[in-house]
Amino acid sequence: MTKIIYVEHNGTQHEIDVKVGLSVMEGAVKNSVPGIDADCGGACACATCHVYVDDAWVEKTGKPDELEASMLEFAENVEPTSRLSCQIKVTDALEGLTVKMPASQH
Amino acid sequence: MTDGAVGARVVIVGAGHAGGSAAAFLRQYGFAGAITLIGEEPIAPYQRPPLSKAWLKGEADADALMLKPESYYSEHNVDLRLSAVAVAIDRAARTVTLGDGGTVAYDHLILATGARARRLPIPGATLGNMLELRNAADAERVKAILGPGKRLAIVGGGYIGLEVAASARALGAEAVIIEREARVLARVACQPLSAFFQDYHSARGVTFELDAGVEAFEGETNVTGVRLSDGRVLPCDAALVGVGAVPNDEMARAAGLACDGGIVVDLAARTSDPAIFAIGDVTRRPLPLYDRMHRLESVPNALEQAKQAACAITGKAAPAPEVPWFWSDQFDLKLQIAGLPFDVEEIVIRGNPADAKFAVFHLKAGVIVAVEAVNAPPEFMMGKNLIGSRKPVSIDKLRNPTVSMKEVAA
Repeated sequence: MTKIIYVEHNGTQHEIDVKVGLSVMEGAVKNSVPGIDADCGGACACATCHVYVDDAWVEKTGKPDELEASMLEFAENVEPTSRLSCQIKVTDALEGLTVKMPASQH
Repeated sequence: MTDGAVGARVVIVGAGHAGGSAAAFLRQYGFAGAITLIGEEPIAPYQRPPLSKAWLKGEADADALMLKPESYYSEHNVDLRLSAVAVAIDRAARTVTLGDGGTVAYDHLILATGARARRLPIPGATLGNMLELRNAADAERVKAILGPGKRLAIVGGGYIGLEVAASARALGAEAVIIEREARVLARVACQPLSAFFQDYHSARGVTFELDAGVEAFEGETNVTGVRLSDGRVLPCDAALVGVGAVPNDEMARAAGLACDGGIVVDLAARTSDPAIFAIGDVTRRPLPLYDRMHRLESVPNALEQAKQAACAITGKAAPAPEVPWFWSDQFDLKLQIAGLPFDVEEIVIRGNPADAKFAVFHLKAGVIVAVEAVNAPPEFMMGKNLIGSRKPVSIDKLRNPTVSMKEVAA
């Protein structure tokens, strides 16, 4: 289990223990964290699990691959630390990872 | 009675993606009454799209398929009744009768009964190793059979057939697709896309029998071959039939709800009985963008209608209508489709199919009504926006891949 901190757009925090190997998106959906819709269930096909990775964690979560980057390019309210949370696999190294949600996924 | 009040009872028939999501949205939107979720399968709601893709190839486990962890239902006070079948609706008494004779009372009923695989009424259809792929148990059977040296015959060249063929090849099995039309995806995609997918699959060892009728499945106990109308028999170890789906609207029809090849609903997912909603594959729903009624088989549609019903029941404003969209993964291809190609006057291909990176735009009166994008997320994402906005585009810019999609949409 790795602790992931999800912060809703309104500031509400959710500290969730997520099984290693799941994605950051799956950790949110399975625990009913509001603000991550994940319509496609993790196929990198919809860009509705958009999050902002906390600056301190950007290096550890890595950069989006080409497909994810081009999905993000057309998502709403994109910032330099934007990621699709379905593409971030939870590992032990991400203990304490903090991600923030945009105002809306659509 | 006040919608959403404590004491209101919502009964959801069907614990698939639509039904399971409706229960979760009701709680997310603050519904405090009783929720009963009735499902025929022995397992809690799960995602179906991976069954023919990641799950079949062993890249996702059963846990990863679940919509919510098992504990969700007790923690959120959802009475999840598995292996339970609803057999009738008494609209006057507002009850649902279950297969064991018991009844469940409702103030609001949500029908999420889905669709079942269409079967072929031909000899041999009930032999062993005859497969279909709608649910987890089906996928388990398919997975158990596929492997090196096995030969799978797939009747039907639609998305399910192509996805299973790709997964079968990944597992080292042979796959032949038998299609009665002259091209694969004939009902759901344009000719250039059909040609592209057929070529791509052929190059990876999938074989095709097009314009081919199926007369019978042969074998003693298990299927051993598929007999075509030209007399040839294609040997196989298993045969999968993927020739479309039939909405499970019989119970709704018997209860007198308006049905027309699916339960007819409005944009709040309400049926002809204001106390009853219907969501997901089983519905015939309005498509405001296309000014017609249609049945959609897709997860985004199930989620959209689950939100519509949950909003109506909790008194929230209806969500904004969405552009229908679909996706499919085959080999290393990502296909993303937005919109539906109704009354198309012009087709524009952007990019080159030979690069396995292109998009086909369908236009009517200068407006994009659908896009099929292969490994082309910008075309899909921006195309989806343009379909929703109905903004006319320059065909010359659209056709030119050196002009960015942002500029096309500007």
